[in-house]
Amino acid sequence: MSIIIDRSKRVLVQGITGREGRARTTLMLGAGTNVVAGCTPGKAGQEVEGIPVFDTVKDAVEAVGQVDVSVVFVPARLVKGAAIEAIEAGIKLVVLVPDRVPVWDAMTIAAKAKEHGARFVGPNTLGIISPGQGVLGMIGGKASSAKEWFNGPTPGRTVGVISRSGGMTSSCGYYLSRKGIGLSTLVHVGGDSVIGLPIPDIALMFEEDDQTDAIVIFGEIGGSQEERLADLMNQGRVTKPVIAYIGGKAAKEGTRFSHAGAIIEGNRGTHAGKVKALREAGATVVEAFGDLPDAALNVLSKLQPAGA
Amino acid sequence: MARLHEFQGKALLAEHGINVPRGRAVRSAEQARTVAEEIGGPVVMKVQAWTTSRKAQGGVVFAKTPEEAAGHGEKLLSMTFGSFPVAEVLVEEMLDITHELFVSMSIDDAAQAPLLLLDCAGGSGIEDRAATVTRLPVSATDGVDADEVRRTVEASQIDKSLHDELVDVICRIVDLGRTLEARSMEVNPLVTTGDGRIVAADCRMAIDDYAVFRHPELGIEIARELDHPATDLERLAYKMEENDHRGTFYFAQLPTAGAGDSRGLIGFHGAGGGGSMMSMDAVTNEGFAIANFCDTSGNPSVAKVYRAARVILSQPGLVGYFGSGSGVASQEQYHSAYGLAKAFIEMQLAIPAVIRLGGNSEDRAVAILDAASRMVPATIEGYRKDDTPAFCAQRFRTLVEESGGRPDGMTRHVPEFVNSNTAYSFPITGGTVWIDHDRCDRDAAGPIIEHSADLLELNDAGKPVLAASEEDVANKDSELIACEIECLRAGKPVIFVDLAIPGLDDSA
Repeated sequence: MSIIIDRSKRVLVQGITGREGRARTTLMLGAGTNVVAGCTPGKAGQEVEGIPVFDTVKDAVEAVGQVDVSVVFVPARLVKGAAIEAIEAGIKLVVLVPDRVPVWDAMTIAAKAKEHGARFVGPNTLGIISPGQGVLGMIGGKASSAKEWFNGPTPGRTVGVISRSGGMTSSCGYYLSRKGIGLSTLVHVGGDSVIGLPIPDIALMFEEDDQTDAIVIFGEIGGSQEERLADLMNQGRVTKPVIAYIGGKAAKEGTRFSHAGAIIEGNRGTHAGKVKALREAGATVVEAFGDLPDAALNVLSKLQPAGA
Repeated sequence: MARLHEFQGKALLAEHGINVPRGRAVRSAEQARTVAEEIGGPVVMKVQAWTTSRKAQGGVVFAKTPEEAAGHGEKLLSMTFGSFPVAEVLVEEMLDITHELFVSMSIDDAAQAPLLLLDCAGGSGIEDRAATVTRLPVSATDGVDADEVRRTVEASQIDKSLHDELVDVICRIVDLGRTLEARSMEVNPLVTTGDGRIVAADCRMAIDDYAVFRHPELGIEIARELDHPATDLERLAYKMEENDHRGTFYFAQLPTAGAGDSRGLIGFHGAGGGGSMMSMDAVTNEGFAIANFCDTSGNPSVAKVYRAARVILSQPGLVGYFGSGSGVASQEQYHSAYGLAKAFIEMQLAIPAVIRLGGNSEDRAVAILDAASRMVPATIEGYRKDDTPAFCAQRFRTLVEESGGRPDGMTRHVPEFVNSNTAYSFPITGGTVWIDHDRCDRDAAGPIIEHSADLLELNDAGKPVLAASEEDVANKDSELIACEIECLRAGKPVIFVDLAIPGLDDSA
């Protein structure tokens, strides 16, 4: 299988009639995504690529039935309203593509999602792709490119990719594929500090996915996502092999503006701290990004083939 | 983060009903004397600088008399913290402090929620007592639970008669941070005084960059955290971004003090944070000093990439231009290639450029750059996703060495038909499109119509004219610049998209 997106998922696009919404809907359909409806206030009755457009999420759900995922392509300042609308209409997974969403809006969405038992990816995510299954968001671009760049799953040699950098999500997928490694799903968790599903949550999903043999991480300095993944590995909740690269080693330490950051994060957040935490938890951490595919290949080659 | 100075934060606290020490910020020794006279007693003087060790660096002093205050003012106003010269000194009454509290709200990324840190024996050295700090959850929509704050306050040694007011003040601080969408809001210390007042003795506040647009009252000019005062170019670049939200454009200048020992100063143009960082590492490994960081990503419009390139090229002393991002871009890379080509051709690029535009339509992107290379004095080389940043950086070094590694002045070339009476023109956002109808023959009209995405059509005389309304073409810079570059490739320079940049180009 894969995580988050596959052919069975019924997808709604919010902001489907806008510049990005329209273009990305075409590309998502091309990648196999089952887009069942779109919405833009005031545009009910229109169609985009044959997909019916509704004024509200509620109208869309009433007309087309169950929706599993909503992908949001509206201007940043309207994201909070759009996400809450989707959550209140009962959609359990929302993908927030736009950049520059105010952090208090993201926290408000998070509170609303918890209240309704919903989850979200992003904001500021390039998206999610399960090669051969479907795309949510912008990742991969043209279907022909995605097909050429990303291998589908290969039994015994398949990784799931989790990245904190949008562009590097595709890069990881491409360079891993060139080494003959299969891909279950690639997830860009989003570039902001407050995101719905950070690295540890996605890793737990890959842990449950029977097709994923190992997990590849493109981490970055700052925050505590990588350390929290290490915690999960230490607790035995993530047992699949983890291969990681942490970007930003050369970036200079930012001057801390307030004392609170140091108190909350402790010594979390630094390049050295992340590498150490992951290595001590049993992960393979490479120093150069270019070494990631070989390291993944090496780890996969040592795994017992399924059923052996 | 858009940081506010202490005096700005305190003014906001005061507006929100929280006591702050009497006093105000001054910009001269004379003003320091006046404020000290008004206060009529000993004063504390604090430089307004973004640093955590202000006191240790001599930025906080005391004065007993107005004379002394003037003398200290002189000295403090000549200090520099990091790259920031001190512009303001806050002169305030000396407080008779009984108790110090640490009150700090920030964002807990793991909890996806704000968090209030509270310590009733707060103040200096708070990091060392992290374990004793009370952590209270804050609701993004409703603020902090006053009863929880009360429990923490009641467990302290502070005089009971002040508890009600303290709880109220702490809740107000949280409220202010929430209203202003602060990423961090710290009052350290909040103090109780001998005369029974509760006063915010310090204030550090940073507003979320992405929310600054909702708070014009704060007067924040550049909603970005820089480690130096914003340069003219950074201001100019920020203004462009403010007005065009199609994709991201980030520009920051870097310290160039070490450039003398390097192979030369270069303009850097990245795409995406992670890929840009790796690409900067690669070109730094080849011994170059980087003049600026720049990121255009998230499917930017062609005009945005063009403007970014123009801003980068306007920096003096560059020996080369290096562009490289993640290498496997989901966006159509020919858009970026058109933007770069336009800037390079217009400026008649005189320094070598290496551009790695891997990803969708990379072959088309490289072909556009190859064509541009033939139209400028310098060499432009385009690369794809299978070319590593390290390889591109080596290639760049070779080209810079071959060119002699000298910086060269460049001026903008605008065709003669621009602003002429005989040319056909129409406005677009941020500029004007000019078509030289006199010289636009059938061969020139071909590529224009082909790349105009039906925005232009031939009139009865066989000349390209608008097929859509001016409103419909206002944001179609990507298509129109494609027409311009394709005409140049066909050897027919008859269309020009004039996007003169205020602050860079006299004509703007």
